[in-house]
Amino acid sequence: MATIELRQVEKKFGSLHAVKPMDLTINDREFVVLLGPSGCGKTTTLRMISGLETVTGGRILLNGRDVTWVHPSRRDIAFVFQFFALYPHLTSKENIIFPLLAQGTPRAEAEKRVSEVADFLRISHLMGLRPGVLSGGDQQRVALARALVRRPEAFLMDEPLGALDADFRETMRAEIKRLHIAEDATTVYVTHDQIEAMAMGDRIVVMSEAVIQQIGTPAEVYYNPANLFVARFIGSPGMNLVNGRFADGAVHLPGNNHYPVPQEWLPALQRAIGREGDVILGFRPEAAILNENGALAAEVYASDMHGAYAMLHLNLNGDQIVHARAARGIRYPIGASVRFDLAPDMVRFFDPRTEAALPWEVR
Amino acid sequence: MASFEETGPRRPVIESIRVDRISPGARTWRTIRALLSLALALIILIPIFVMLITAFKSRVDITTPPPKLIFTPTLEGFVFLLTDRAIVTAGRLAEFQERAAAGEMNLFERIAFEGGLEITGPSDYVFRLRNSLIIAGTSTIASVVLGLLSAYAFSRFNVPGKGDLLFFILSTRMLPAVVVTIPIFLMYRQLRLHDTHIGMIFLYTVFNLSFSVWLLKGFIDEIPREYEEAALVDGYTRLQAFFKIVLPQAVTGIAATTVFCLIFAWNEYAFALMLTSQRARTAPPSIATMLGSGGLEWSAIAAGSLGFLIPVVIITFALRKYLLRGVTFGAIRQ
Repeated sequence: MATIELRQVEKKFGSLHAVKPMDLTINDREFVVLLGPSGCGKTTTLRMISGLETVTGGRILLNGRDVTWVHPSRRDIAFVFQFFALYPHLTSKENIIFPLLAQGTPRAEAEKRVSEVADFLRISHLMGLRPGVLSGGDQQRVALARALVRRPEAFLMDEPLGALDADFRETMRAEIKRLHIAEDATTVYVTHDQIEAMAMGDRIVVMSEAVIQQIGTPAEVYYNPANLFVARFIGSPGMNLVNGRFADGAVHLPGNNHYPVPQEWLPALQRAIGREGDVILGFRPEAAILNENGALAAEVYASDMHGAYAMLHLNLNGDQIVHARAARGIRYPIGASVRFDLAPDMVRFFDPRTEAALPWEVR
Repeated sequence: MASFEETGPRRPVIESIRVDRISPGARTWRTIRALLSLALALIILIPIFVMLITAFKSRVDITTPPPKLIFTPTLEGFVFLLTDRAIVTAGRLAEFQERAAAGEMNLFERIAFEGGLEITGPSDYVFRLRNSLIIAGTSTIASVVLGLLSAYAFSRFNVPGKGDLLFFILSTRMLPAVVVTIPIFLMYRQLRLHDTHIGMIFLYTVFNLSFSVWLLKGFIDEIPREYEEAALVDGYTRLQAFFKIVLPQAVTGIAATTVFCLIFAWNEYAFALMLTSQRARTAPPSIATMLGSGGLEWSAIAAGSLGFLIPVVIITFALRKYLLRGVTFGAIRQ
């Protein structure tokens, strides 16, 4: 289907720099998720790709063709809106056939195509109904059908599941992924929900404050966040980040804890920080392994039951709370003392001045 | 006796209502309010009722004190209203009696003849009612169409000086009609628009435009832009999106605006009195002038007012479901 290329694309709204110059190449058949908190510029980026928003600078290429100033109707892309934007005065069928009629597809062929798409999304029984009487999930199915019906070069989706109930969201997530694969489609998907991004994306583009923070596969952004923002934003809760001081091959943490730095990390730390200096230690909750003889000590601040596991809030000392995953069977009363170790391959270090992750060479 | 707060209502409550509104006191007060509203409605309806019965009374019944509620209805008033008549001369009386006996007369001719009159042609009122229809109808369509286009532009585009322009449009409504009639009268005389249909259509259109722009802008603001954006990426131009997507969804607003504009143009009195004399005179001033010419034909005046009410009643009734939403525009979403 299509490749999408953004070259130094930027957008200003008056004095607000909504998207700072960014480069992004989306490959054919790729499912790329633009992820970030609200106001980070992800939706503006998507709208610029669609032509619903003009660029302030840069070029947008669709299959190598420069479409920067091409009318949205002639870009051959489909847009799925957060609130579906189904035409309320038309039935589901009329909604779905609407883009085909714009192209001048013969009626019989258009009808056939609509029923194919309706079968694929299992909405054939809703064809005579208006959007107003449909459930949120069904409305979104109709909206997907409308996007799918003319086999566009690319799908652009702006938080398409944001307006749905939680249980519908799970179903529709699978539905969209299925559609993407069946159509060999190129999809750009905007969301602020990192769980959704992890579940759906081939690659995730993490954005914040109008800038791309990191581009990578879900595993990359999860295990190797490029900076503190990504580390905090991905995961629920995010990565534990503890301010410490690196000296004598160990990181000195609050609460009189000393974390001996794993051997493979020492060269990287010494190169970045020198013999002694401030560093931020990062680890995911599941990297904390509760162990009576663990190197780190903390006090239980709170614990939540999540069904499959329990999430402990541990107080290292003073205000430094970290999260740790624990087995569900064991009770951890508030105030109890616990000790834990960190899985050495899941420890990350960040430079407190640049907020960037320290590069880690795999040996 | 136990208070309401102790016992609760006698029957289970099967409607959605706040607790403080089902106490016996609240119910009594609600009944009183309903009765008061009903009484007020009746008082307001009395003149319309009087007009209605007067239109069907004979000349004798109208002037009989005390006013009769039970009488033989007649169409005399309508005959007087819609026709010009002359007294049948003694020489032609026999001819008329013969025609009446043979049943060759239509209803109006027979009624006129009972009063010793013959019908010589349609009255001025017929032409004036037609003028009213032409002028009010055309100006309503013009102000709704123009209003819709400018409301759309104000709602969707970055029109330079938008706020000032909108205020200027509204400000045309701030002067009472009486204040501007004389300048407009002088202007119209110079432009030879005095006593012309086009002049009146133009004037009413301009007057209604401020209203229709503001009202329709409110409706269009409520239509999410996403619908048009969806149509754009679906392969339509902005104009196609306007006609296929915006227009059908603005129907409520268009209907409400139409009714309001029509009622204004239809009822307008001051301008019509000053700016028309013969050719383009509309119904409202002509009903009033009936009071002056010759004897007081109360039944004709009542019939004229009644006939004048009917078109507006029909249109308002036909569009009533839009009208209610239109009056509360912005407050209630579909």
